[in-house]
Amino acid sequence: MSELLARLTEYRGEIITSIVETGYMLGNSLLAAVLVGLPVGTLLYLARPGGPYERRWLHSALNVYVNVVRSVPFLLFVVALIPFTRWLVGTSFGTTAASVPLAFVAAALYARFSEQTLLDVPEQTVELARSLGASPLQLVTRFLYSEARSGLVLSLTTVTISMVSYSTIMGVVGGGGVGDFAIRYGYQTYEYDLMYATIVLMIVAVMLIQGAGTLLSRSLDRRGR
Amino acid sequence: MIEFRQVSKTFMQGRATVTALDRIDLTIAENEMVGIVGESGSGKSTLLRLINHLEAPTSGTVLVAGEDLDALPARTQRARRRDIGMVFQQFNLLANSPVLENVALPLRLQGRRGRDRALQMLEFVRMADHRDKHPARLSGGEKQRVAIARALVTRPRILLCDEPTSALDSGHTEEVMDVLRKVRREFSTTIVLVSHELETVKSSCDRAVVLEEGRIAAHTDVTPPPPRERSGSYAQRAAEFLA
Repeated sequence: MSELLARLTEYRGEIITSIVETGYMLGNSLLAAVLVGLPVGTLLYLARPGGPYERRWLHSALNVYVNVVRSVPFLLFVVALIPFTRWLVGTSFGTTAASVPLAFVAAALYARFSEQTLLDVPEQTVELARSLGASPLQLVTRFLYSEARSGLVLSLTTVTISMVSYSTIMGVVGGGGVGDFAIRYGYQTYEYDLMYATIVLMIVAVMLIQGAGTLLSRSLDRRGR
Repeated sequence: MIEFRQVSKTFMQGRATVTALDRIDLTIAENEMVGIVGESGSGKSTLLRLINHLEAPTSGTVLVAGEDLDALPARTQRARRRDIGMVFQQFNLLANSPVLENVALPLRLQGRRGRDRALQMLEFVRMADHRDKHPARLSGGEKQRVAIARALVTRPRILLCDEPTSALDSGHTEEVMDVLRKVRREFSTTIVLVSHELETVKSSCDRAVVLEEGRIAAHTDVTPPPPRERSGSYAQRAAEFLA
């Protein structure tokens, strides 16, 4: 135990750096989830066959995007995206470059989750918005998001946790992060206690994220009280 | 105020065409309270939803204040809809918003603040004390009164009521119908009331239209029922009615 503590102290700098890197990748992913995923999910909901603003071609196009991004194995997706990443951020290596594929996946995941959450909003809410002469934007912001807000927070929590997991393999393109630290300093140098300590750290982080998400979602939900 | 000219409405159900309304002619005058009755599936809700253009007619014309909503661009249709209040069977309140915000919502959509006006309408339906509660904590009758306040907050000239008391027990039905009669007295609102409950229509409408399979089967003036002593509790009324 004291040995592990000594090692943790020794690698303190690297651990902190790796946590910052993971935070950076997560932050970028969540930004993409909210700024791209949520609008895409909302359009999927609105444009669906039988939806309030049915546009079949738009629905199909977005559906293809979400399905493709979600179905390609992630490691292959990272590699396949390299030319695009290089074009977008000027390099295919490092934490910023690693954020690009993560952002794509986060946006696709959250698009699907938010679409499903919106589908749970009662049909009467849409009917009400129409009867009050709400514009499409008002329908979304004043009615749908207001009624679905607790579900939207919960599914964003799920996306966050998935992204923690996805981000652990970003070492392959020099993205760093906690997962990369565990592999390089723990696994590859046979210091398994360091690896397990990192895993425990991640479990605790995930539990904290889930707890915060559940708490926030519950406080926003007034449907039953 | 409202005029139906040879209005038909058909829906596609799978491959079959279902006729909801068949060549309806109907005129509703200003400040009238008209009941539309019929069994479920008779087309009465469709008829109501044609008035504020939640449904478009398949053929024929619906005129509201001399204007055919179907011929207007979407933006203007939305603006016209705001002059027509609507009350629903399931109240359709936003569950995550407190009562006052629910009532102010139609004004907020128009970029107006609306707090004072919303409070005024809550006073009118005697729900002002509940302004900070969320809908989940209200009874059915209370929810419907809030929904009526919301429908009236923009001072519409027409109020459409789609089975407003069908989800309520008899005591709450009376409560809601009292409010609707008061709306008409004080605001001279034209009210179209869709209901399958004949008593509800008899107690408050001037005129009733009976729909059957999408056609007007009968058209009659309503004679108000003899005034009944209405006593307070459910138990008393039940005993009175059953005796």
